[in-house]
Amino acid sequence: MSDEARKFLYVNRKAPHGSIYALESLEVVLIGAAFEQDVSLAFLDDGVFQIVKGQDTKGIATKNFSNTYRALGDYDVRKLYVEQESLDERGLTVDDLMELTHDTDDEDDLTSIIVVNRSEMAKIMSEQDVILSF
Amino acid sequence: MKFAIVVNEGPYTHQASDTAYQFTKAALEAGHEIERVFFYHDGVNNATRLTVPPQDERNVQRNWSELGKAHGLDMVVCIAAAQRRGILDENEAKRQGKDADNIAEGFRISGLGQLIDAGIQADRLVTFGD
Repeated sequence: MSDEARKFLYVNRKAPHGSIYALESLEVVLIGAAFEQDVSLAFLDDGVFQIVKGQDTKGIATKNFSNTYRALGDYDVRKLYVEQESLDERGLTVDDLMELTHDTDDEDDLTSIIVVNRSEMAKIMSEQDVILSF
Repeated sequence: MKFAIVVNEGPYTHQASDTAYQFTKAALEAGHEIERVFFYHDGVNNATRLTVPPQDERNVQRNWSELGKAHGLDMVVCIAAAQRRGILDENEAKRQGKDADNIAEGFRISGLGQLIDAGIQADRLVTFGD
């Protein structure tokens, strides 16, 4: 293998609650950040619900880990691709999503959310070295 | 080619672990290398030596242990996922004050870094899951 950073894409396809996939996916992303690879995340299908704002899990007695997504920018995870069709199919718009941002040397609070359509998402996937789908 | 294998489901409920096992076996028979097999989510449950499936059924854990032994596979169980689900080796059982361990032969418990590292080292990472 070359020493160049590899392109890692974490694909999030499941709702944040009801199964543990989203939480354990986030744990991989946070650990993986230490490896200084070229990381991006994709949210599609029910995965778009993972970054919906105003989540409240009190009624189901599980951990509300949604605020952890806000820390991704601090881990240099700056590309969060969200599929437009998945939002549309669930009656969501980008305004329903948390404001997830990152800072650069020049500017603060740049949005990390990039809405793409299904064929753009396919292209993004085809450009990756490693895809981990949860 | 060098493959990394990720198993995200436990035995019996899903076919993922069986398919991962068959894929790994076929890849080895075809002369490929297996960089690592990483067990995550409920996939960690493939690593308990305490399962006792009916005799006329396949033994998923034993299949992995035997394949691992035959080919010197690096079969890694994620520590965070394992602790949630009660998969412990001797050291972890002691450290957590538990009265028993249950990890099967050929598996080792380590961190998620081993998954990322497998993705970096292998030519292809193949995920088996729901």
